[in-house]
Amino acid sequence: MGIEIINEPSVIYGKPSLASIDDAIIKPTNEVPSKKYFMALSVTITMLLIGAVSLGLTFYKGTGLWGLKNPVGWGFDIVNFVFWVGIGHAGTLISAILFLFRQKWRTGIARFAEGMTIFAVMTAALFPAIHTGRPWLDGYLMPYPNQHWLWPNFTSPLLWDVFAISTYFTVSFVFWYIGLIPDFATMRDKLAKNADSITQKIKKVAYTVLSLGWRFSNRHWSHYEMMYLVLAGFATPLVLSVHTIVSFDFAVSIIPGWHTTIFPPYFVAGAIFSGFAMVQNVLIIIRKIFDLEHIITIDTLEKMNKIILVTGMMVGYAYGMEFFIAWYSGHEAESFAFINRAFGPFAWSYWIMVSCNVIFPQLFWSKKLRTNIYFMFVIGVLVNVGMWFERFVITVTSLSRDFLPSSWSYYVPSLIDFGILIGSFGLFFTLLFIFIRTMPVVSIAEVKAVIEGSQPTHHHDDEGH
Amino acid sequence: MEEKILHSVTGIFETPDDIIKAAKGVSSAGYKKYDIHTPYPVHGMDKAMKLPWSPLGYVALVLGLTGASLAILLMWWTMSVDYPIVIGGKPLFALPAFIPVTFELTVLSASIGTVLAMIIFLFKFPNTSHPLHDTPYIKKVSSDKYGVSIEASDKMFDLNKAKDFLHKLGAKDIEEIYWDNEELNTVKTIWDKKFLGGLVMIAIIVGGGTYFAINKLVYMTPFNWMMEQPRLDAQSVPVYFNDGFSMRQPVEGTVARGWMPYLITDADTAQLSDAKYMNPVPPTEFNLNKGQRNYNVFCSPCHDYHGTGVSRLKAANKQDFPNPPSLHSAKLRGWSDARIYHVITKGQNTMPSYALQITPEERWQIVHYVRTLQRAMNAKPEDVK
Ligand code: HEC
Repeated sequence: MGIEIINEPSVIYGKPSLASIDDAIIKPTNEVPSKKYFMALSVTITMLLIGAVSLGLTFYKGTGLWGLKNPVGWGFDIVNFVFWVGIGHAGTLISAILFLFRQKWRTGIARFAEGMTIFAVMTAALFPAIHTGRPWLDGYLMPYPNQHWLWPNFTSPLLWDVFAISTYFTVSFVFWYIGLIPDFATMRDKLAKNADSITQKIKKVAYTVLSLGWRFSNRHWSHYEMMYLVLAGFATPLVLSVHTIVSFDFAVSIIPGWHTTIFPPYFVAGAIFSGFAMVQNVLIIIRKIFDLEHIITIDTLEKMNKIILVTGMMVGYAYGMEFFIAWYSGHEAESFAFINRAFGPFAWSYWIMVSCNVIFPQLFWSKKLRTNIYFMFVIGVLVNVGMWFERFVITVTSLSRDFLPSSWSYYVPSLIDFGILIGSFGLFFTLLFIFIRTMPVVSIAEVKAVIEGSQPTHHHDDEGH
Repeated sequence: MEEKILHSVTGIFETPDDIIKAAKGVSSAGYKKYDIHTPYPVHGMDKAMKLPWSPLGYVALVLGLTGASLAILLMWWTMSVDYPIVIGGKPLFALPAFIPVTFELTVLSASIGTVLAMIIFLFKFPNTSHPLHDTPYIKKVSSDKYGVSIEASDKMFDLNKAKDFLHKLGAKDIEEIYWDNEELNTVKTIWDKKFLGGLVMIAIIVGGGTYFAINKLVYMTPFNWMMEQPRLDAQSVPVYFNDGFSMRQPVEGTVARGWMPYLITDADTAQLSDAKYMNPVPPTEFNLNKGQRNYNVFCSPCHDYHGTGVSRLKAANKQDFPNPPSLHSAKLRGWSDARIYHVITKGQNTMPSYALQITPEERWQIVHYVRTLQRAMNAKPEDVK
């Protein structure tokens, strides 16, 4: 879409015909899924149900079922929230920021990554909603004239969160949907007008409605491309603002270990880090089971690993800098907070975090390792474990020992906490599995636009946008 | 059968180079109502078709600025006008703290608004009944071919000429596209039964749902926990305690707020403990006024408004209640504040204690007022200046 041709390794292997791209991408939505798919789906649905039961109990009995107690009032709920929002960031980065930087290798993975963003943000949004304890009253967070004659506090980071997350979700969703319209139209046109089978009929109606009547007209494409550019331009600062605001939840308070100005960039880097690891992990599985190895190429995965390496080092730098500032500030509570992180009762979580986020990704310096599918998969999993623990370290260790030594205590999550954590993975993967069976996981129109021979040869006399 | 109305003539091209050439040909031949259909945006096509630059960028700018101003307006009105409340020592209009929400609402309104503007106003979508839909032509251009369509409503359109023209350009599969009469003849009105039925259904569902949520749901377990929280009410039968009381006995020596016990028993100690019981209330105008008020209420019936000791009580009732001594005697002027306080608190002979009627703070205010009266009655020359 308006991307200049740059000399770089081919995005798409071989020279597939346009029609074969349709077939390759649409195939998963037409076939009866394999046994493996149903097995995977039943595992994720089971996880989802575990989460649903835990949540149901929480609603009925209250948040007392969680491991929270004074002084640790933020536990798994906030850790999971920050973790999932972070996962979402990679999608927007790939679809919007890399689009603005004209990175063609994004085409194979952008749609999928955007889908992941949406599911991750949905999963994430669950946690602030339930951590209030009475989620049925969350509507009070919206500024509407209400029977209490009260307005929300617009100077509170927790309210900024509400706006950031809901805006992020809406804009990502629209971005994703706008990209899907031409593909839905292609899928619509693959189906006959008066098909016999009922599934075909349902599909035809669904894709007709979803494509809004797209006609592939160039008069539309012209606006469409401008729209895409505008949306990418908005989504880029938006994605940076979201994790910045999430970090404000911590940074604006005065708890030692939270009250630092490095938080916004540190959180954004961490979000991209974990998000890329998640996208890479899931893509490895998808390209294997759906035979998309020529579209989601090893080059693409390698580039993602490079980004994981870079953001991993940014995160490592932030860890070091936090220690330096704690010492340099000369603030007793501040220095204590960090020594306590590394050597206190939660030292185990700190060292899991450091080894998974800073040490293991360094192995990606070797080209051989970062192009090895199995190896990169393992590192991706480790990075996500590490990033989950990073949020755990930040949230729990700082709270468990703050200014008042008499109230220090240890945090032990309850079974319900783990149930909800498992449920969040269940929700994310269930949505993802449904997505890859019903919609094109790779953008058909975008891939067609970047394969060899798909653009006019004499285009020196007409510069693109 | 009814006469079908022609919509357009279409032709198919095989390569991107061909379609660019065709687009240039059609536009330079003077056709205005034509279109190029490609499975993906082809570079340079806008230029070949001589399309103007899309205005969506400006739309986004205007919508973004609108969103930003509305956000600021909302926060200004709610936080500084409608319900002004100081939070965290910030000013009522705390611009830096408003920036995150302003930014988010800017992005939200700009992106959603621009998308809607494009879909609704520029594309006139959703429109699933365009004549091109479900033709062999669109099936080709949605997959791997490139097509041109010249519409019949163009001023210089002539079926045979257009066909010849497309042929000359090198088009294949030249096809005539007709309007679907059935679709053309159905007129949609607001009074359509289906539409009205749908509206009624929506009204019932929304109304019923809201009624249920507000009037039923919030009174069901666990949604009613705002109102019913597990706690022991006074006078209720206790669950945990065997003694039958839900109130617990406070720890021995507990002092109720504002009820610090007064431990001095005799007046002489009070006189001597002046240093310990200094008047803690400053002699401000406010305190003197309050002292005056309470003196007039509690003391003046016996001591007179000016403390002369001419009892109103005695005058009214003609009873044998003794007139109290004047508050201006030399003896009294020599008393410490603590001693006067002591008399109010403990009473003296026939004068009862006022500890139950008057709080300690009010007593000290009265002491100030008594001192003021004494000074007014025994003014020294320098006081008059
Ligand atoms: C019921 C009438 C009555 C009221 C009301 C009353 N007093 Fe007295 N007060 C007396 C009497 C009678 C005496 C003399 C007691 C005695 O024989 O020593 C007295 C004595 C005093 C004395 C000591 C005078 C002395 O020369 O020994 C002071 C000081 C005093 N009153 C202050 C007050 C103040 C201040 C109030 C208002 C809170 C007050 N009284 C209210 C009746 C009253």
